[in-house]
Amino acid sequence: MSYSKPKFKESYSNFINGKFVPPIGGEYFENTSPIDNSLIAKYPRSQKEDVDLALDAANAAKESWGNTPAAERAALLNKVADIIEANLEEFALVETCDNGKPIRESLNADIPLAIDHWRYFAACIRAEEGSATELDANTLSMNIKEPLGVVGQIIPWNFPLLMLSWKVPPALATGNCVVLKPAEQTPSSATLLMEKIADVFPPGVFNIVHGFGPEAGKPLASSPKVDKVAFTGETTTGQLIMQYASKNLNPVTMELGGKSPNVFFNSVMDHDDAFLDKAIEGAVLFAFNSGEVCTCPSRILVQEDIYDAFMERVVARTNAIIQENPYDVNTMLGAQASNDQYEKIQAYLKIGKEEGAKVLTGGDAKKLSGEFANGFYIQPTILEGHNKMRVFQEEIFGPVACVTKFKDEAEALEIANDTLYGLGAGVWTRDAHQLYQIPRAIKAGRVWVNCYHAYPAHAPFGGYKKSGFGRENHVMMMNYYRQTKNMLISYDKNKLGFF
Amino acid sequence: MKRVEITKEAAVVVEALKAKHGELIFHQSGGCCDGSAPMIFEKDDMYLDESDILLGSVAGVNFYMNQDQFEYWKHTHLTVDVTEGRGASFSLEIPLGLRFLIHSRLFDEAEQAFFKTV
Repeated sequence: MSYSKPKFKESYSNFINGKFVPPIGGEYFENTSPIDNSLIAKYPRSQKEDVDLALDAANAAKESWGNTPAAERAALLNKVADIIEANLEEFALVETCDNGKPIRESLNADIPLAIDHWRYFAACIRAEEGSATELDANTLSMNIKEPLGVVGQIIPWNFPLLMLSWKVPPALATGNCVVLKPAEQTPSSATLLMEKIADVFPPGVFNIVHGFGPEAGKPLASSPKVDKVAFTGETTTGQLIMQYASKNLNPVTMELGGKSPNVFFNSVMDHDDAFLDKAIEGAVLFAFNSGEVCTCPSRILVQEDIYDAFMERVVARTNAIIQENPYDVNTMLGAQASNDQYEKIQAYLKIGKEEGAKVLTGGDAKKLSGEFANGFYIQPTILEGHNKMRVFQEEIFGPVACVTKFKDEAEALEIANDTLYGLGAGVWTRDAHQLYQIPRAIKAGRVWVNCYHAYPAHAPFGGYKKSGFGRENHVMMMNYYRQTKNMLISYDKNKLGFF
Repeated sequence: MKRVEITKEAAVVVEALKAKHGELIFHQSGGCCDGSAPMIFEKDDMYLDESDILLGSVAGVNFYMNQDQFEYWKHTHLTVDVTEGRGASFSLEIPLGLRFLIHSRLFDEAEQAFFKTV
């Protein structure tokens, strides 16, 4: 079954204070589809004045929204989930067109997961409570959770609607108002969402401003009208946003990428069974979402005694990847999100080969024919080398995995942890001791054990080391959007006696 | 001998940005999405300290990289180039519909000896 490119309007607007508003300066930018490099639509090239308009609307709405009963806020979050679900196919098509990912992924991963995050935080805010402690017979300490106020969120282009749905629901559930800037490569699904849910929230509660990083992102990240900034992206911008936040003494959360090891111990090949089949797929998941995932399992570590046999099957599975029309449900690997991403990946393939990495499969761009000839496609690639090579250390953000072998547990850990990053990791084994001890010793915020690339709303996600700090998903995320009001109440009628 | 150079096309873009923004710096980013790319900012926008290594100057713009990243890059020669594209970072070329990117190659023997990377 195959879909085709969805229909778009000629141009779109920002969503501010409950309605669609054109950019004040009247400038727009052209957004294209990486599938065929065709025009999608024009989106606002917003400036500081547009961001300020959204921040003023959010600030005006925050008192009332923060005092809205949790039950009402949760009901509205659930309504958003229902609306996305009712239009799942439309959202999936827009996402595929804008980002380049195969429709099978947007239909079965991006959009269903996005829906679930809205529902999860609707449930969380109903179920949790503050706390009260009797410190002594006459003193009660009460902890009341209060919203921060206005949250600025800057999201990336790799999972446009899903990253929005990671960040927005916990902020809204906890009573904050949001100004969100989608990535300029992928503004479409956020805009479609606002078209569908325009009437759901009171004006000013949830605002979207499109535009470029230096013109719209920076004013949002540095504004004194913002009480917190949440960012997913890379290290230099992360550092800049923290600098701006330090001026306003604002909290920030940062999710900044990784170079995740996926470690395969020899016991995976003890039997040729369903589990081995799962492990091989686990290695090939580097090609999921065209490798444009912060947790892409881009370093495959295989125990030396199974290396040849295991990699033979991983390469065979990789060679079976169908990379054709991304709108076809059989296609497994789509386009890279943009031309510069496409160029960057090729630059890494070149330096990888120059540093002596051996190409086990792929290794080049892929030219599709016909209407997709102008799209940005890279062959799924496996490079064999050692961990000091640049391709083993830098995030390529493409369907490129680097494989190396290890002798024993100690060497596996040494290689796994020899990275600046610590976002994700995978451990595959049938050994009950390794199942626990190896993940504990890997310095990463998420270790998948005998699985990979699962992102349930109920499990916290975030980085160690240069991958950032703060967590997303899970009930604990709500506290990243709140502060604690401690009320210390004395029931003692008697004075202290000092004065 | 230089660790980092720039293509003619990229230098033209740098000059245009200088005319608009004044003094600039390059900082090489790591991490995901728009990472692993050189970013250009107004000189005083980014706080730099001894953890940022100055690799050289291209088109009159200092090029920095964090020292722990430099450990893995120090044996490679870099060329700043430019291509059509979009980015979600704060790099100043983005509104032009362009992105800087890095081409790398291994140092040759003379460069290895000069920079003592062996």
